[in-house]
Amino acid sequence: MIEVDGLTKYYGTHAAIRDLHFSIARGEVIGFLGLNGAGKTTTLRVLGCVLLPTSGHVTIDGIDIARDPHEIRKRIGFLPDSPPLYNEMTVGNYLTFVAELRGVGRSEVARRVAAVEEQTAIREVNSEVIASLSHGYRQRVGLAQALVHNPQLLILDEPTSGLDPVQIVEMRQLIKNLRGAHTILLSSHILSEISQTCDRLLVIQSGEIVAQGSEEQLAQRLGGAAAIEIELRGDGERGRQLLASVAGVAQIELVRQDGETALLRCRPALEAAELRPALVRALVGAEIDLLRIDRAASQLESVFLKLTQTKEAA
Amino acid sequence: MRAALLIARREVGFYLRSWTGYLIIALVLFLDGFLFNAFCVSGSKLSAQVLTEFFYNASGVTVIAAALISMRLLAEEHQSGTINLLYSSPVRDHEIVLGKFLGALVFLAVMTLPTVYMPMMIFLHGKISWGHLAAGYLGLMFYGAAALAVGTLASALTKIPILAGVIAGCSIGVLILTHWLARVTERPLSEVLTAMAFHGTHFPPFQQGMIHLRDVVYYLAITYVALFAATRVLEARRWR
Repeated sequence: MIEVDGLTKYYGTHAAIRDLHFSIARGEVIGFLGLNGAGKTTTLRVLGCVLLPTSGHVTIDGIDIARDPHEIRKRIGFLPDSPPLYNEMTVGNYLTFVAELRGVGRSEVARRVAAVEEQTAIREVNSEVIASLSHGYRQRVGLAQALVHNPQLLILDEPTSGLDPVQIVEMRQLIKNLRGAHTILLSSHILSEISQTCDRLLVIQSGEIVAQGSEEQLAQRLGGAAAIEIELRGDGERGRQLLASVAGVAQIELVRQDGETALLRCRPALEAAELRPALVRALVGAEIDLLRIDRAASQLESVFLKLTQTKEAA
Repeated sequence: MRAALLIARREVGFYLRSWTGYLIIALVLFLDGFLFNAFCVSGSKLSAQVLTEFFYNASGVTVIAAALISMRLLAEEHQSGTINLLYSSPVRDHEIVLGKFLGALVFLAVMTLPTVYMPMMIFLHGKISWGHLAAGYLGLMFYGAAALAVGTLASALTKIPILAGVIAGCSIGVLILTHWLARVTERPLSEVLTAMAFHGTHFPPFQQGMIHLRDVVYYLAITYVALFAATRVLEARRWR
């Protein structure tokens, strides 16, 4: 759906992004991951037809954004890092205005506005003035404006920025619910959000893409598959020896033993599929109490740090 | 064109929903009323002369109002980030500029309409021609439209509305001052400056009840050039 070839954008003499190449298939959920100032927002603003590239080609559905941006804008919904809201309008009036602006037919406007309000859970604030809304609602209204014309491509720049933990979970769920109906590009420097929402990651650093692939692919590339943490009650060493014999386990270590509780970290072999069911079966079979089993939370973080540090060092 | 009308409708809605619009209307009505009382109806004058002076004063108030209305048109969109909504929508840059301008022009007309009670008061003790009245208001609209267009251009140049207001005020001021500058320069420069004068050359016929094609063309040309330049500025921002 999207082909990016040699995309470069200069602000004066400073290259915000340089020679980017990537492709995105229809229906994919792609995460742009990078530190502040890495070039995520510039990339998304170019893809959202807000900015024009200095050089390079971007085609969306075969249409070049430099040649016919007007046609592309009909197919995209864009939520910038700060939602573009007119504070004096009510939510309903604002979404009606945006729907009309984006070419939704007159007979369809009311139905689309109602549908998108339902989808983003803002129906109850339909008559409220935007200036009076909380930050969480403002962000949802921002998402609603990007969705109101039912675009093929949804571009979300830091959609959870400034939200509290509850609101982050709600926004994440909203984005997950959109999966399948739209191709979604989102950026964030919140690693867990990218990890939980996206099919594929594009890691961007100093205006260049330093890695791309799924979380597992990136982890493998940088030395090992996704680690699994296992917390159990009892003798950690006994658990370690038991799990070391499970097929597909490349390495297992006892991280700590706190009295009755032990924490193990298991690294699967590169080609291994999902290991967790086999590990659970082994522990239950040996009558060892399993307290928790999960992928290591810091995995993506370490991948991200390695990638960005590698680039900095280079 | 549909997009331009939608933007214009939202713009008018902004002024009618916010205190800013009513503050500008109140300021205009106060200044027009004060100047009418202080200068137009004092002493013994012919009715037509009172009306001519009313339009002279109203033109000054209109240009101040135009600068106040236009300063936020595009600058505030950039400042608040809402320009991203327009930039990422299937709306062409000239439609954004035209929509903003039309919205401001409609508000200027709405704001000017209540001033009509002052010329109407002349009917109580005198007689004026409806043609004079219509020509004067038409002139105010052409004059206001040109000032609004210059203000729209100023608003496209910066993200700070107040700065846009200052740029608009200075630009219109320079265009007005060319009339005085023409008096102290030699021909042919004086003729060029006279032809360019924003107020001194092209507005007096309207205030006296006359409509000359050259004056109409002048204000339309200023409006077109300023809006065209504003569109180019908006387009250039996408490259920066």
